[in-house]
Amino acid sequence: MAINPSADPSKRRFLVAMSSAIGGIAAAGVAIPFVASMMPSARALAAGAPVEVDLSPVEPGMMLTVEWRGKPVWIVNRTPEMLAMLAKHDDRLVDAASEQTQQPAYAQNATRSIQPQYLVAVGICTHLGCSPTFRKEIAPADLGADWPGGFFCPCHGSRFDLAARVFDGSPAPTNLVIPPHHYMSATRILVGEDAKV
Amino acid sequence: MQNLLNWIDARFPLTASYKAHLSEYFAPKNFNFWYYFGSLALMVLVLQIVTGIFLTMHYKPDGAMAFASVEYIMRDVPLGWLIRYMHSTGASMFFVVIYLHMMRGLLYGSYRKPRELIWIFGMLIFLVLMGEAFMGYLLPWGQMSYWGAQVIINLFSAIPFIGEDISTLLRGDFVVGDATLNRFFALHVIALPLVLLGLVVAHLVALHEVGSNNPDGVEIKKHKDPVTHLPVDGIPFHPYYTVKDILGVVVFLIVFSAILFFAPEMGGYFLEANNFIPADPMKTPEHIAPVWYFTPYYAILRAVPPIFGSQFPGVVAMGVAVVIFFALPWLDRSPVKSIRYRGLNYKIALGLFVFAFVGLGILGILPATELYTWISRVLSVIYFAFFLLMPWYTKNDQALPEPDRVTFHSH
Repeated sequence: MAINPSADPSKRRFLVAMSSAIGGIAAAGVAIPFVASMMPSARALAAGAPVEVDLSPVEPGMMLTVEWRGKPVWIVNRTPEMLAMLAKHDDRLVDAASEQTQQPAYAQNATRSIQPQYLVAVGICTHLGCSPTFRKEIAPADLGADWPGGFFCPCHGSRFDLAARVFDGSPAPTNLVIPPHHYMSATRILVGEDAKV
Repeated sequence: MQNLLNWIDARFPLTASYKAHLSEYFAPKNFNFWYYFGSLALMVLVLQIVTGIFLTMHYKPDGAMAFASVEYIMRDVPLGWLIRYMHSTGASMFFVVIYLHMMRGLLYGSYRKPRELIWIFGMLIFLVLMGEAFMGYLLPWGQMSYWGAQVIINLFSAIPFIGEDISTLLRGDFVVGDATLNRFFALHVIALPLVLLGLVVAHLVALHEVGSNNPDGVEIKKHKDPVTHLPVDGIPFHPYYTVKDILGVVVFLIVFSAILFFAPEMGGYFLEANNFIPADPMKTPEHIAPVWYFTPYYAILRAVPPIFGSQFPGVVAMGVAVVIFFALPWLDRSPVKSIRYRGLNYKIALGLFVFAFVGLGILGILPATELYTWISRVLSVIYFAFFLLMPWYTKNDQALPEPDRVTFHSH
């Protein structure tokens, strides 16, 4: 400022502040395409199509894993014995009645399913996204005498029963997600889409 | 020759830079073993960059081809296995060197005034290095690559309200997939290395501005020769410390080569067995653990139970456990810098901290049982107590008087 004593420094400060602000806005605008390019592409969005599954090869007590939106979806054919076990440990569950919306309304029941026999669940732990292991045997040595059969997450030790409900004391905060699905016939389901009304 | 040098010096400060940073950079004469790791870290960085460049000549960042291209490097590219193992061993050795380098700072108070910015730049280097290692580990596209990335990216989903969107933005998809691999490649080979190099320059410029600390924690600039104005306890970095560091490099390379040629996977600690199985989004490996250098923080994450049905507190605890190092220069209230003159309080605290850090590192590798989770909780409390109680226990420490000049015994 010393060069020209008659110059008004407040004008210069105002100009610097304004051009900095405008420049900042421009920089934020330029950032938009870069951030946008990191969002899921049209191809990734299109990959979320529903998946049709034939239930007939799934024997009682067995599990089938299918891929939907890149995630594993389990289909478990629960035996009557397995279903009978489900009601016996409500007091050890975080959310026995499935009050949190981790499932469509039609699966908010004691078995978390449309037909009690078949459990359809997204096999991704609600803790940090590992896929739990199917451990249907009752009271194995490594899981303890009170293990009623269910899913055990190898990453952080979360435990779920055969209705994919989380046991108290697990790192996972909520039950596993039941995806939208519906029965196309007695032995075929469509995973990823609710029944059309 | 002199004419050429004069010609350059008139246009670029070549001789001046050489003097300022090597032949006339005066470092304390009493450096010991702990002072090897800075120069070693720089050497490993160069090694990682060079081997990395050669790996990118054969690697394919594509979900369908990545795993096979790494196996191609290992089997078909002439000496490709050597370059790949140099890079993977280098990653683990980088953390060995950096953790020891940080330990030196804790021992001799190298983060204290006036070296706070050196410490902050160093911590930023550590953070970027963690990102670099994490993203690099995804690239072989094995089972551990895949599920490790899945778990770490899901940590961001725990952030309330915006977490899910951040995770999606990082992955570029709703699950870890080809888009994730491709962007991690870009970040790993260009974005983060550039940031890393910039930070290393800032780290060294700040160091050479204030001068190096030393095992006595006393400033050599206090005593200058009245005629030359040079610190009387300082010696030129070159040739004295270049020679010393070359010895360190030789010993380091012996250890490095022993690992490289005889145990490149280090029994599953440097390269996990499950990572030799191609990534399968449908199946999580039975036992999943991060590579050893992340396990202390992973154990802290697992130790914190979910609160109000959210794992966010655990994620915060893990983040704070790393970031809390930044505050060290302002937490330490001791009148002395070096452990040589500190009282019992700090010695016990540092001993407990190292015990907790190593203990958490071991627990982070092991599966989470109830007993181990409880031990992790106790060790996590010790870890944080080291930092949070520091203003109190360093202030009330029975410190010994510092010597006026550095202690040095010639051999």
